[in-house]
Amino acid sequence: MKKSISKIPFRGTPEQEKQLMEVIKKHRDQKDALIKVMQEAQEIYGYLPLEVQQMIAEGMNVPVEEVYGIATFYAMFSLSPKGENKISVCLGTACYVKGAQALIDRITEVLGIRPGECTEDGKFSLEACRCIGACGLAPVMTINDDVYGRLTDKDVDGILKKYMD
Amino acid sequence: MVSLDKIKAIRDRVRKQFLPADNTYRVVVGMATCGIAAGAKSVYDELVKVIKEKGLDNVTVSQTGCIGACQYEPIVEVYSGDQRVTYVKITADKVDEIIYRHLMGGHPVEKYTIGAVLKSGEDDNILSIEDTAFYKYQKRVALRNCGIINPESIDEYIAFDGYQALIDCITKYTPEEVIEIVKASGLRGRGGGGFPTGIKWSLAAKNQADQKYVCCNADEGDPGAFMDRSVLEGDPHAVIEAMAIAGYAIGATQGYIYVRAEYPVAVKRLKIAIDQAREYGLLGKNILGTDFTFDLDIRLGAGAFVCGEETALMTSIEGKRGEPRPRPPYPAVKGLFGKPTILNNVETYANIPQIILKGSEWFASMGTEKSKGTKVFALGGKINNTGLVEIPMGTTLRQVIEEIGGGIPNGKKFKAAQTGGPSGGCIPSSKFEIEIDYDNLVNIGSMMGSGGLIVMDEDTCMVDIAKFFLDFTVDESCGKCTPCRIGTKRLHEMLEKITSGNATMEDLDKLEELCYYIKDNALCGLGQTAPNPVLSTLKYFYDEYKAHVVDRKCPAGVCKNLISYVIDDTKCKRCTACKRACPVQAIEGAVKQPHVIDQSKCIKCGACYEACKFGAVVKR
Amino acid sequence: MNMVNLKINGIPVTVPENYTILEAAREIGIEIPTLCYMWKMNEIGACRICVVEVKGARSLVASCVYPVSEGMEVQTNTLKIQKARKTTLELILSNHDKNCLSCVRSGSCELQKLCHDFGVDSARFDGDTPKFDIDYSAPHMYRDNNKCILCRRCVAACKAQHVGVIGANDRGFDTHIGCAFDMPLEKVACISCGQCIVNCPTGALSERDDTDKVFEALSDPTKHVIVQTAPSIRVTLGECFGMAPGSIVTGKMVAALKRLGFDKVFDTDFAADLTIMEEANEFLDRVKNGGKLPLITSCSPGWIKFCEMYHPDLLDNLSSCKSPQQMFGAIIKTWYAEKNGIDPKDIVVVSIMPCTAKKFEIGRADQSAAGNGIPDCDIALTTRELARMIERAHIKFDLLPDEEFDNPLGESSGAGVIFGATGGVMEAALRTAVETLEGKPLENIDFTAVRGTQSLKEAELEVAGMKIRVAVASGMESAHELLNKVKSGEAEYHFIEIMGCPGGCINGGGQPVQPASVRSFVDLKKLRSEALYADDRANTIRKSHENPMIKLLYNEYLEKPGSHRAHKILHTTYVNRSKMVVK
Ligand SMILES: Cc1cc2nc3c(=O)[nH]c(=O)nc-3n(C[C@H](O)[C@H](O)[C@H](O)COP(=O)(O)O)c2cc1C
Ligand code: SF4
Ligand code: SF4
Ligand code: SF4
Ligand code: SF4
Ligand code: SF4
Ligand code: SF4
Ligand code: SF4
Ligand code: SF4
Ligand code: FES
Ligand code: FES
Ligand code: FES
Repeated sequence: MKKSISKIPFRGTPEQEKQLMEVIKKHRDQKDALIKVMQEAQEIYGYLPLEVQQMIAEGMNVPVEEVYGIATFYAMFSLSPKGENKISVCLGTACYVKGAQALIDRITEVLGIRPGECTEDGKFSLEACRCIGACGLAPVMTINDDVYGRLTDKDVDGILKKYMD
Repeated sequence: MVSLDKIKAIRDRVRKQFLPADNTYRVVVGMATCGIAAGAKSVYDELVKVIKEKGLDNVTVSQTGCIGACQYEPIVEVYSGDQRVTYVKITADKVDEIIYRHLMGGHPVEKYTIGAVLKSGEDDNILSIEDTAFYKYQKRVALRNCGIINPESIDEYIAFDGYQALIDCITKYTPEEVIEIVKASGLRGRGGGGFPTGIKWSLAAKNQADQKYVCCNADEGDPGAFMDRSVLEGDPHAVIEAMAIAGYAIGATQGYIYVRAEYPVAVKRLKIAIDQAREYGLLGKNILGTDFTFDLDIRLGAGAFVCGEETALMTSIEGKRGEPRPRPPYPAVKGLFGKPTILNNVETYANIPQIILKGSEWFASMGTEKSKGTKVFALGGKINNTGLVEIPMGTTLRQVIEEIGGGIPNGKKFKAAQTGGPSGGCIPSSKFEIEIDYDNLVNIGSMMGSGGLIVMDEDTCMVDIAKFFLDFTVDESCGKCTPCRIGTKRLHEMLEKITSGNATMEDLDKLEELCYYIKDNALCGLGQTAPNPVLSTLKYFYDEYKAHVVDRKCPAGVCKNLISYVIDDTKCKRCTACKRACPVQAIEGAVKQPHVIDQSKCIKCGACYEACKFGAVVKR
Repeated sequence: MNMVNLKINGIPVTVPENYTILEAAREIGIEIPTLCYMWKMNEIGACRICVVEVKGARSLVASCVYPVSEGMEVQTNTLKIQKARKTTLELILSNHDKNCLSCVRSGSCELQKLCHDFGVDSARFDGDTPKFDIDYSAPHMYRDNNKCILCRRCVAACKAQHVGVIGANDRGFDTHIGCAFDMPLEKVACISCGQCIVNCPTGALSERDDTDKVFEALSDPTKHVIVQTAPSIRVTLGECFGMAPGSIVTGKMVAALKRLGFDKVFDTDFAADLTIMEEANEFLDRVKNGGKLPLITSCSPGWIKFCEMYHPDLLDNLSSCKSPQQMFGAIIKTWYAEKNGIDPKDIVVVSIMPCTAKKFEIGRADQSAAGNGIPDCDIALTTRELARMIERAHIKFDLLPDEEFDNPLGESSGAGVIFGATGGVMEAALRTAVETLEGKPLENIDFTAVRGTQSLKEAELEVAGMKIRVAVASGMESAHELLNKVKSGEAEYHFIEIMGCPGGCINGGGQPVQPASVRSFVDLKKLRSEALYADDRANTIRKSHENPMIKLLYNEYLEKPGSHRAHKILHTTYVNRSKMVVK
């Protein structure tokens, strides 16, 4: 699967940077520690945006493309942050024919994010998933552990509001 | 550092704990990932709490690894004298009763024991897992400590002769002798390929180099397999000890364990175990005062199935994209960091200390002519007793499925067993009597693989299964070589075409041709074996393929495009339940009116089929 | 080295034990097709087109990476192999933009040739094919991933340049070559060397085509269109017309350019001589007056970009001389324009270069001798683009007579010619600098210590009682190595020549593309550079300062090397582009 790249501006803190620099310092001369450093960086930042990959590349003295090539090879590395609230819209067949795409479009309109992305304030991330087995309620979306069914795009705003603050 | 005598002392002291007198109890809780997921942690906490409250000083409580009977987790076992009682599906609220009646009153709580819960019609008075059919045929070598000792205690490992094999090796045997023992045992790699372990070691031993490496493959990428996880979670020291022995045998001073990051419990226990071994001087410089030096490092996989392939694994340890390299040169010549390296699977290693201690004849006495010892399988799919079983090589598929596995649920018919995961194949019922070993499985177009054994019944569509595995390989192909990168994608597309009813008989020929091409041309094992699920189903279930192509029907009723839901009016009670369940309003009808499904609207979601309590909705 | 005996197609052959099957087969004239293989550079066994049958092996093996062994029996051309290769090609095509008719590489494409050889059915495995936007962002080249076969030769070439801005991203069927975060090439620290292009077997990578601009200028009657040809073009252009590597085609090249309609056909060699005058002077000045040493040459824009990006702390060591291409344009738009009474705005300077970085260079800041934003050079074409123009004009290149450059900027010395090979600039500079330092004519003008195609060379010379240490590097990996030594103090030099491409311009990123079978087994660098040195020997004038037109230029206009005017129009400045992992 192609990884989707987040457009959210980087919001790393100086503390995070300090942590990362320490990790890098520890492994700087270890030619084989690049993946390890990336794993720890992802622990620190939650994902691996360009800025972080650049710091790693510079610190470990490798081209940033090498870091990116690794980040997109292994499934564990993420290029976009996950939100506090994880929205998941089912795009299984039943939901799809019942207009799940309209839900996604509405969410995109309201929050400005597409599937695989996260809002700038880190509040919401959006994903499309396959059938979650609630076809009878199609179209279905979940936010964290809450399941919402029989939706139309008009319901979206109200539901999202519940999670806004 | 701990001296040899001290180790002996530990062994003698701790061993006593494991032989509790009649009125003392040793309680163990299965706390591998499976147990924890089922709620073992709260059971353990409750046990500790209550026992402390009651001040029972004749009871010890500890955690242990995987006992193997997944569907019965959380499992608690109580040892006393020579009695072993296995409690299954225990929750915190049952703990009081067990403590009160069993630990304080001396009477096992029968209704919670495995015998009472087993579905396979065994006697209610079976108290211990050892007496069940599930366990009876098993022979625990690799898993011998799993579910018995506390994996976070090196002392308990030592109590069960742990590290004695390493001590024997470095004090009694030359490296050549160690390799000879392993060779003579007939041990073959448990990671899938079945390459003779002793020969692998001897190849690496004879290459001179300033540095050599010993690696352990704990990537366990095969979906549905969890043998290696269980060993690492239940008996991590066995792997560490074996790797040190391997290091001694081939002349390596450094080892790496490549574990998938998805196994946090295994990683944690490995770390603990490595630290303990270092503290005891069983890892590190001058082990036990000899001039043998060996240390270990853990590397975490980052989510790539292909990194189970040996050269990809090494490339990944080197910190790069885990793409396989051409072989030769083989790792024994040019492996990790370009140095001679051996790579073995977790289970392979778990056998080594036993082989050293009990001798190669003992090991070779188990199994078949060319496959010695035992093999651990993860039983799954449509079978009653899912779980982890270790059986001697040569056990028949029938024994595994009918006796150990307790047969197929719901009286359905066995259709096939899949071994080897995405690299393996399906064994049809006509081969039910096959004796499971490396060569027999290969001969019928499957392979041992790492030990996943998925049972399928009549409701499984074999074309769909092939497609499922191809979906996996397409996702996991590294993308380096043409045959696999593009070829598996095209295979998947062809299967898609078949399951959606758009294929012709020529497509079937093309499918087969492409399979053989990929096997012959792909760079690494992933691509070379990726067509196996297709080839073996083509071989044994060709009629099913033909039904999809010629009759445009899916006999198992799985492939959505090829089935339709209709309402059998003679059974229909006109209750409208189906109509209400339908997400796309494909059902016409009202109360007391006939119900009909409009096929042009139906998306085959099956909701009506599930909704109808009268079996009036039928699949065709 | 131990030798082993094996049989290939029944023919016995004895080769060193570290040979691959592919190498062994070549020894007895058996050619095995390849796609991803590039000798010593990309030996990854990925494409699987080179598969052969080895007796006893379980499956087919990739001959490009499979080592020979004693008693091995190999078949390279059985029906099974042919079928396998055909299927491999058909699979590649199933995911390929099969647009040969308009493809820049049609005719020289390695994939196209193989598909033709094996009689493929181009639609047999058609299926899902991802569509990529073509990356036209960079000034020097474009990437069309729809034609990429993932052989990764470009990746290896870029790594070998110590740059590594391109690589494989994502995995499986989604694998594609790109930059970090799939950014456009323009945004990353690419040095524009074009080495990726000359290593690419297909039309996935190509120089930005500027030939239309030239045809337009040529057809505009208000424009005075001047062309200059770099030193190395004369020894490579012939390859585009099927001639053997190393053929010198100066006369035909000039004739073709004249037929294309250029108003003047001049020689960059002239500007190379001019560069030597200025650079040698700068060197002497730094040596005498305690300037920054080592002095490092600045005629290679690929190298300059590398320095600005990866070694910005060395910018002061760079010679301030513009490159010959730019000096040429500068002189045309000042001296030549004045002399001929043409408004520099109406002059179009077209350069034929071995180089893609030259396309970047013409757009650099501080490259406008005539001022008013008039660029020194207007259009930089590669050797390949010139060949394309000649083809488009349907000029029969091999039937052309030999013709002469126009004057005054067509006159050059042998020193200017060897600029095209690694070590050439150094030798040319030494011919002038040493003679100036010693104050008497050189006895031997061949500085052989700095010749040869190896990537790192060094020499120590006794000149006028001084020990002068020089070093020559070509290709950025070697340059990087050398510079680190200089920085750490491990090595000390007075003068360093660095060329962006391995072997220098004769192996530039704009040179004719040869298939891997040639690049791997024919020493192109050697053949091409030897031809340059032959041209040098054939020249009666072999030192830059003896070029009569150079003398004329200084007498009439520049006064003397390093003069105020020379500085104004022939020298330039550099930009610190570090941290330009992303712009
Ligand atoms: C695609 C692929 C995936 C593999 N995955 C695993 C794995 O997860 N665990 C494992 O032990 N071996 C795996 N193997 C086999 C290993 O490459 C290797 O043969 C094995 O670890 C060697 O150890 P053994 O000789 O002890 O079996 C895999 C092989 C291939 C080709
Ligand atoms: S067979 Fe598949 S996984 Fe193996 S190298 Fe080729 S593309 Fe990668
Ligand atoms: S299968 Fe689904 S879509 Fe079709 S009729 Fe039944 S409920 Fe409706
Ligand atoms: S649910 Fe069953 S019984 Fe009820 S209306 Fe539908 S088909 Fe008939
Ligand atoms: S790259 Fe080659 S095969 Fe592809 S379109 Fe161009 S010429 Fe044809
Ligand atoms: S080669 Fe064939 S396809 Fe191409 S232009 Fe000629 S006829 Fe057409
Ligand atoms: S032009 Fe040179 S630096 Fe740029 S991508 Fe190509 S090889 Fe790399
Ligand atoms: S761009 Fe060219 S050289 Fe690079 S991988 Fe693709 S086909 Fe090969
Ligand atoms: S060596 Fe020549 S071709 Fe290469 S970048 Fe420099 S000037 Fe251009
Ligand atoms: S398709 Fe959406 S829940 Fe099943
Ligand atoms: S009992 Fe451990 S895996 Fe299930
Ligand atoms: S695999 Fe040998 S040339 Fe590509």
